[in-house]
Amino acid sequence: MITRRTFLASLAVVTVLASRARTMRAAAARDGRARPALRSRRVFAAGPPAAVLVYVLAPDALVGWPSRLDDESLALLGRPAADLPVVGRLAGRGSTVSLETLVQLKLDLVLDVGDVDPTYTSMAERVRAQTGLHYELLAGRLGESAALLRQAGVLLGVPDRGATLAQSSERLLADIIRGRAGRAVRRVYFARGADGLETGLHGSINTEVVEFVGAQNVASFAGTGGLTRISLEQVLAWNPDVIVTQAGTFAKTVLSDPLWRSVAAVRARRVLVAPVAPFGWLDDPPGVNRIIGARWLAAQLDGDRAGVDMRSDARAFYDQFYGIRLTETQLDHLLGSAS
Amino acid sequence: MALAPLLLAGIALLALGLGKYAVAPGDVVRVIIGRLTGHNPGVPEAITTVIWNIRLPRVLAGLFVGAALAAAGAAYQAMFRNPLVSPDILGVSAGAALGALLGIFLHWPVPAVQGLAFGGGLLAVSLVTLIAGRVRRHDPVLVLVLSGVAMAALLGAATSLLKILADPYTQLPTMTYWLLGGLSSVTRVDVHSAVPAIAIGLVPLVLLRWRINVLSLPDEEALALGMDVRRVRWVVVAAATLMTAAAVSISGTIGWVGLVVPHVARLLVGPDFRRLLPMSLMLGAGFIVGADTLARTAAPLEIPLGILTAVIGAPFLLWLLARSRRAW
Repeated sequence: MITRRTFLASLAVVTVLASRARTMRAAAARDGRARPALRSRRVFAAGPPAAVLVYVLAPDALVGWPSRLDDESLALLGRPAADLPVVGRLAGRGSTVSLETLVQLKLDLVLDVGDVDPTYTSMAERVRAQTGLHYELLAGRLGESAALLRQAGVLLGVPDRGATLAQSSERLLADIIRGRAGRAVRRVYFARGADGLETGLHGSINTEVVEFVGAQNVASFAGTGGLTRISLEQVLAWNPDVIVTQAGTFAKTVLSDPLWRSVAAVRARRVLVAPVAPFGWLDDPPGVNRIIGARWLAAQLDGDRAGVDMRSDARAFYDQFYGIRLTETQLDHLLGSAS
Repeated sequence: MALAPLLLAGIALLALGLGKYAVAPGDVVRVIIGRLTGHNPGVPEAITTVIWNIRLPRVLAGLFVGAALAAAGAAYQAMFRNPLVSPDILGVSAGAALGALLGIFLHWPVPAVQGLAFGGGLLAVSLVTLIAGRVRRHDPVLVLVLSGVAMAALLGAATSLLKILADPYTQLPTMTYWLLGGLSSVTRVDVHSAVPAIAIGLVPLVLLRWRINVLSLPDEEALALGMDVRRVRWVVVAAATLMTAAAVSISGTIGWVGLVVPHVARLLVGPDFRRLLPMSLMLGAGFIVGADTLARTAAPLEIPLGILTAVIGAPFLLWLLARSRRAW
């Protein structure tokens, strides 16, 4: 017979024990965090930007892709990268991987790249506490690419490779930053979505390449923030000099669409279509894959004055970062879609 | 009642004159008259594009979408004898959403996405009526509503699955914006494709306006008056579904209009469907065009239409409820 008193007493005991256990688990988790990272052999990328980062540094450590890559990208990546399974992403409630799977994968490291804010930090902390896994969250803005590559190189146990890639990215990005001064400020609209009416506001990680190369993102007139949807009338009011896009469907139709003909950029045929394989050059995902895209966009905006040999730059970047030796046909195809 | 058409015309004209791209009122008139009479309006091409290709389709789409949702809502509220019913009670919005998201997921172009949305809406309601038609042991209206709710839940699950499988950087934002609803990307082609379906759906509602009154009586009484309740009910469902699916396919899901506008109309003209239908049509049209004008002018960015319809509509309904003494 359970009386009210025994019930309350046992409740108190359970509570005390539970809080004890929690302190112990938390201590264990902290130990796990302090564990020095040697060569991380099995790494889970929490999202697509992290997957690109792990792939360029230590492709054999990547346990799988966060989401399915399209066929063109898979063909370009080749084996063994193309054979990696899709293991899902880790993003709080939007996760497509369960914590149990994470534990089962026998991971050495979970790596996440993105904006480091209290939400994501606490999310990382929760996963750490629940699974005891070594979880690292790194800041991933384009301008921080070199530091990101170095940090991740150390975490993944390949500091030399990290340093080499960091130097390359520093060289490419510093060149762009230097070029900003001499570059006429172009008003650029970054078109996203099948109808080209999605864009990123000032500071959005998805369109930051535009601001990085020193151009003016016309959507920054509307404010600071993330992605947004606008109307064509708004585009006409901004009347950008240049439209950049990565959306294939939109790129195919924009030049022949009578509605877009009134936009200065379309009339002047200044619509720049960025390559997307194996990873997008301007976005999708917003990772270190954008380094070559920033180079490309700066060169496109500068026109012939730039003196940039995009073919050799792209070939070198793909070779060094992705381990892909582009054939002439592949290069033509890649840059051909970029017009 | 006589004032409503004038008010509606005023709102539509105001909507044509306002926008992000500054156009003088004279130019607005010149472009429209020029285009209608075939003369060169003598204004820059950009202004012609803004007025004729962007704002006019948007205002027209707003008029028709609002009218369609409000009329469908009014018909359903009468038919289901329930003031909490909205046009998507039988799953048309859920079906349309699933269709549209599937199109986005498969990287299909915009017209195909709209086609899938339209088809998805019709298919969902067809399934619901098919299932409800086979269940005979319960109250037919209750079975219909429950089947609709269940179908919407099922389709909603599929929609969520697509969202989680979508590319988080490109497809997911597009899906989210579609679900938020809005008229920001409406073109003339959209108006051309949606308006006939809305008009076709409206015809039976106008013709059956008296019978829909009878439909709001209990089935036995309606039968006693010599009406084939089942047939009228299916016709109303088909008509309302056609209108709603066409509206939703070009605007995305815009909540609240189909629910609240019929109530406001009822407070103004009473529950007689013969007066309620035209009032709902005009109120719905004016409400959406007005809200959309606010959506595109009030802030530096477009405010999603669904947010505004709720923010304006809900307090207005409460205010009207508190003031009105008219019987329901």
